[in-house]
Amino acid sequence: MVLLNLYVMFFSIGIFGFGGGYAMLPLIFQRVQEFGQMSAQEFSDLVALSQVTPGPVSVNAATYVGYNYAGVPGAVAATLGIATPSFVLVIVVMSFMDKYYKSKGIQGVMNGIKPATVGLIASAAFYIGQTVMVNSQVLPVSTFAGIIEYLNVLPFIMFICTIILIAKFKVNPIIITLLMGIIGALLCG
Amino acid sequence: MKELFVLFITFFKMGLFTIGGGLAMLPLIQHTIVDKKGWLTEEGMTDCIAVSQSLPGVIAINAATYVGKTRKGFAGALAASFGVILPSFIIIICAVIFLGTVGPNHYVEGAFTGIKAAACGLIVFAAYRHGRQVIKGKPGIFIAVASFAAVAFFGISAIWPIIFGGASGFLLRRAK
Repeated sequence: MVLLNLYVMFFSIGIFGFGGGYAMLPLIFQRVQEFGQMSAQEFSDLVALSQVTPGPVSVNAATYVGYNYAGVPGAVAATLGIATPSFVLVIVVMSFMDKYYKSKGIQGVMNGIKPATVGLIASAAFYIGQTVMVNSQVLPVSTFAGIIEYLNVLPFIMFICTIILIAKFKVNPIIITLLMGIIGALLCG
Repeated sequence: MKELFVLFITFFKMGLFTIGGGLAMLPLIQHTIVDKKGWLTEEGMTDCIAVSQSLPGVIAINAATYVGKTRKGFAGALAASFGVILPSFIIIICAVIFLGTVGPNHYVEGAFTGIKAAACGLIVFAAYRHGRQVIKGKPGIFIAVASFAAVAFFGISAIWPIIFGGASGFLLRRAK
């Protein structure tokens, strides 16, 4: 029964997961919370792990959650769940490609969904940022004053440095991630 | 059978060597499939990327299914998809087991703190770059900001921004 639930849950994440892994993260977090217990802390652990392991973020997430709930069978069920919609939809769409592209309705829907995924990606950053940069037991801290009061200075500086390194100096994201991991191990432990 | 195995291995390697998710994988898929293997033309690849990005689901699996189906039909699609999933599946399980045996450790926790701070910055930048690409005009800005506020501050299910965005896009299209 747990296996079926895991499959169905990740299947639904796959269906509504537009815009790739980061945009899917808020949905994964919310659905897993409905399913059982996943703290914001655990969620950010999962994202951190995904950053330093290969493969699609959403597959990483499915495997991680599935394994934690029901071992290897759970990991299989969750991963198949998130893979099924992708697989089926691509097969279906490929058989009527031209119609799909020329449909004004579908183009319109896509043009509206894309900006929504931008907001979802930003939400993922917001969730993760809170767990690492805000030093409070009560999450989310929603007032600005609260955020200032509970700010973790060192991670905040690393966060700002990351943005500068990627936006201004175009440093490879993997290098930045490893660098901050090493700094964190030495200073934040 | 041999071709199925080649598909599997090719996508397995791509799954193994890309850190940073499906979007980061697309250039590698393009290089491998078009330049090295010649399985798709440039044009075919453009279609593949468009389909992979516009459909919901895991972008890397979308692309693997597309390439696999083009090469060897349904069986090819299965082989390529399993190939791209398997590395992350195995590695995540190993990582969870490993972290479990290490137990609470200051260095590991510190490293995770640093990685999370970096992840947060990288995702903020990803949102910015993605936004500059896809947001055209005021309705787009409104949809993006409203989606963020709804999910981040009000804890509304992330399904609603998708439905709301899709519906507004559909209606605005009709209005033109």
